[in-house]
Amino acid sequence: MSKIPLQFRHNGREVAIFVDGGTNLLVALRELIGDMTPKFGCGQGGCGACSVLIDGALHLSCLTLAETVAGRSVETLDGIKQGPQLHPLQRAFMENFAAQCGYCTPGMLMAAKALLDRNPQPSRAEVVEAISGNICRCTGYEPIINAVLAAASGGRASA
Amino acid sequence: MPVIVKSFTNAGEAAAALSSEREARYLGGGTLVMRALNEGDISISTIVRATDAAMTRIDATGSRVTIGASVTFARILAERDLAFLHAPARSIGGPAVRNMGTVGGNLFAPIPYGDFTVALLALDATVAIQGSFGGRDMPLDEFLQARERQGGALVLSVSFPRIAGESFRYRKVARIQPKGGSVITLAAHLPVSSGRIAGARVALGSMAPVPTRARAVERALEGRALDAATIAAAAAAATEGTSPGDNALASAWYRREIVGVHLRRLLSGQE
Repeated sequence: MSKIPLQFRHNGREVAIFVDGGTNLLVALRELIGDMTPKFGCGQGGCGACSVLIDGALHLSCLTLAETVAGRSVETLDGIKQGPQLHPLQRAFMENFAAQCGYCTPGMLMAAKALLDRNPQPSRAEVVEAISGNICRCTGYEPIINAVLAAASGGRASA
Repeated sequence: MPVIVKSFTNAGEAAAALSSEREARYLGGGTLVMRALNEGDISISTIVRATDAAMTRIDATGSRVTIGASVTFARILAERDLAFLHAPARSIGGPAVRNMGTVGGNLFAPIPYGDFTVALLALDATVAIQGSFGGRDMPLDEFLQARERQGGALVLSVSFPRIAGESFRYRKVARIQPKGGSVITLAAHLPVSSGRIAGARVALGSMAPVPTRARAVERALEGRALDAATIAAAAAAATEGTSPGDNALASAWYRREIVGVHLRRLLSGQE
């Protein structure tokens, strides 16, 4: 079976790869591009560990057929920091102890970024809703919610 | 194992490809078919996709509302004219699933999924399908009863009469908040004419293998004022004709116990 050529924008950089038919975007990112930030959790759409932004909208990369992102922009956690500068959300997660084992963290950060990109000052309820598709088995969610709110208000203070 | 992916820009060509190959599966938003592939479902050898713009269209301007099969729940939530469908759309998944999952795919979602279909059933929706014998519209109820045999046909859109938003009610019962799989899902369209319900439609999810109309409840409501006595009669009829199953979220017994309680709350407008 022949491979399918696929080109898309990965964290602002054009990439070209060959995928097998039926390959999901998570496999393409991790195994073919070497971006290990999106995690494989359940493969079923239940955990959110593989969350990425496609053209700015939150998607589950494990349920995305890789070839459907042809010509589109895919953003993963690997692309949100600027050089050595952590993204405000990453800094807030660190300062609020929002990561324990860390496995859900990349997905949580992308879900939070999707929220703050379109709603820079969310309410607590909006934060809860924004991460409702992401499961964390360590923190009990409170530190994560607090971190997202802190990042939002931090952004406001510096603006 | 690699699968063959056939993409078409035209829905008719996709429908032809789908009906010509028994093992082909249609890929909408991916939340069902990619999930099956990830789980190792080797029965899927060919995936058919359509990127037809007609399937992503929402037409809410006329006397009937038509929603293309590829419309996502996020799109429904962005549509002000469809405010009465925001509650069912919001009750599905997290934001990522709502950005991916489609109205057409929801018609095929097995329990505990398929909440949007429960809402569509209460709206008396019809399904436009394209098969090898051409296109046709069929009532959603009929479509769902024969859902497993629809494999060879492509769902193009769903449509339903435009309604007054306040006559529509929806309730999804989940154990996990804010988001969890459905224990039961209820939707009702109760148009009122001169103080009496005329044309009651009540649909239940997770009370049978597919979403079903609660016809005994509809009979108890029809032609009556929505008062305490009517609500009690409707609640008493809630389990009639149902055949719920057991799953990890609840037992069949539990579902039968609570459906009347939640129907009463739905009808009396309680939170």
